[in-house]
Amino acid sequence: MSTQPNAAVKIERLLNLVICLLYTRMPLSKAKIRDAVPQYGNTASDEAFDRMFERDKDELRQLGVPLVTEPLDAFFDDEPGYRIDRREYALPEITFAPDELAVLGLASRAWAQASLAGPAAQALRKLKAAGVERDDASLIGLEPRVRTVEPAFEDAKNAVLERIPVRFSYRAGGSGEANTRHVQPWGIASWHGRWYLTAFDADRGAPRVFRLGRIDGNVTFEGEPASYEVPVGHEPRAMISNMAVEHDPQPAALRVRTGAGHSLRRRARAVEGVDGTWSRLDVDFTDTEAFADEISSFGPDVVVETPAELRESVIRRLTGALGSGPGSAVRITERPSA
Amino acid sequence: MNARKQSTETATERLSRLLTMVPWLLNRQGVEIEEVAREFGVMPAQVEADLALLFLCGTPGGYHGDLIEAEWESGRVFLGNADTIKRPLRLGVDEAVALIVGLRALAAVPGIGERDAVVRALAKLEAATGSASTGSSRIQVVIDEGTSKEALALAQEALVSRRRVHLRYLVPGRDESTERDVDPMRVINFDAQWYLEGWCHRAEDVRLFRLDRVESLTILDQDGTPPSNAEPRDLDSGVFTPHPDDQLVRLALTPGAAWVSDYYPTESVEPTKGGGLVVTLRTSDTAWLRRLMWRLGSAAAVLEPPELAFEVQQGALEALQAYGASPGSAASSATADATTPTGSTSPNR
Repeated sequence: MSTQPNAAVKIERLLNLVICLLYTRMPLSKAKIRDAVPQYGNTASDEAFDRMFERDKDELRQLGVPLVTEPLDAFFDDEPGYRIDRREYALPEITFAPDELAVLGLASRAWAQASLAGPAAQALRKLKAAGVERDDASLIGLEPRVRTVEPAFEDAKNAVLERIPVRFSYRAGGSGEANTRHVQPWGIASWHGRWYLTAFDADRGAPRVFRLGRIDGNVTFEGEPASYEVPVGHEPRAMISNMAVEHDPQPAALRVRTGAGHSLRRRARAVEGVDGTWSRLDVDFTDTEAFADEISSFGPDVVVETPAELRESVIRRLTGALGSGPGSAVRITERPSA
Repeated sequence: MNARKQSTETATERLSRLLTMVPWLLNRQGVEIEEVAREFGVMPAQVEADLALLFLCGTPGGYHGDLIEAEWESGRVFLGNADTIKRPLRLGVDEAVALIVGLRALAAVPGIGERDAVVRALAKLEAATGSASTGSSRIQVVIDEGTSKEALALAQEALVSRRRVHLRYLVPGRDESTERDVDPMRVINFDAQWYLEGWCHRAEDVRLFRLDRVESLTILDQDGTPPSNAEPRDLDSGVFTPHPDDQLVRLALTPGAAWVSDYYPTESVEPTKGGGLVVTLRTSDTAWLRRLMWRLGSAAAVLEPPELAFEVQQGALEALQAYGASPGSAASSATADATTPTGSTSPNR
């Protein structure tokens, strides 16, 4: 983390600018600021100073510094003055009880491996800056961790917070084919360990849910912040889970080998011994394909009796597994050239 | 992610740290440089560079009395004359969002003992952040669906009171119910699942137990301090950590099964011409892989080792015989199964 000398000069300049604008009670003209902040003194021309000052203002505002522009004179508003509102600048005085600090520590460290790691740690430091209490999260013994392995997370989150329309290339679930989508992001949620984006899909003219992991490449911003409204009370989690669970539970009858199928036995409505080798289980399920995944994974230890659709799905998987060895003629065995 | 941290930081990032460091130091006069470095996640040399920079800044005038006073020769830091920036800057949007979303996720965990503290902290934080937190309700993290409420409360209690526990635990990778005594080390939530990590006396090693697979958990009246050589696992790349001497397995995946490559730790991932992938991974136990392959059906194939490919085919054949299906005729109609990991078969090693 080496810091170049000119980078250090820039920090000094920005820091002096913050201090100077916080210090002043009256708005300062650009000329006064140029005099007050020594690092501006070296600028070659008025134009160079103007450009630098504009950039510096933008950077401070990006950081959340409430830099305000006010007329220098109530009667002549042609020359603007600048200052930082002290009350707006400072974190309000809040004191947290030790158990509150402990849970704040948990909430902050939950992001330690995610893209918000920096802001989460910085936020906690700010809250603790004023006091000397320790956040003793070890008393709680829990350690939640949020991950953001999806490269699209950062852009999607910013689009959601700022309400900026975006475009991205999206791989559909079944076919894996990528299409360009134009959406107005509403929310994002991590559900079952994966991030999803809820949005109004401009091409489809309807709300849609997207898995961030299926976005290929960049998310491109297409418009200004606050370009659209998000439905009042929008709950991304509710929308995502509604999309995921589309069916009512239905019963299945399974034959399960003794000593096997533990996860099925745990949630069976009824278990009945057939003979020394097999039991019969009644289990409810909602999603045929997901349940067929689970049942297939037991291989020869679980057999579906009913319903027929589930039976077919399992047979299809097993048949596929039988036919997909390296020696078989099935299509996937194309090896990349080494 | 760590690579990003090491890259050159931007001016804004450094300014943000300085503006937080000043109030932090003002309230901790005489704190050691090492502690500052730890707290701010930088090297001690960086702290010294930051202090040297603060020393050059101050209120307009530039005279000696206008500048921030910083003293750190002794290895302990003293700071003064920095009244204008003695309060930290308000939380930015990302900062407010990270904490608020994190707290809300905690508040939604059924059976968490600290809900009261979470609710109080959340209320104070929301009041203090104002407009910075307005969009935060549209970012949600669901870390718990309530599937392991009792086990979570018991595991937490055992950990905090340092008691050994007895587990009846389902190893779904091997479809096996097991009994074991465990000294709890931590309770973590990872990819929306709670795990108990602890020293397993049966395996004589550190193990992770997914709480929704705990069939029963009993707190024993025995000290549960793990042995001193028990190290928590590094979970940065996922909950599965292969050993270098594990068996090498190569799988061919169609696009529909490509999710496998980001679900399990792989040694290598190579795209194929048809839009699929060839992945290499290491594992000590192939039982879970057999089960994964049955489930993936025609969407995946074992390239290596041949013994595993054979076991997968044998098992599939045996299973199909129970259905009275004729494998020969069905094979041609098999289509790529677009499977998603809803059931999540993860290997517990």
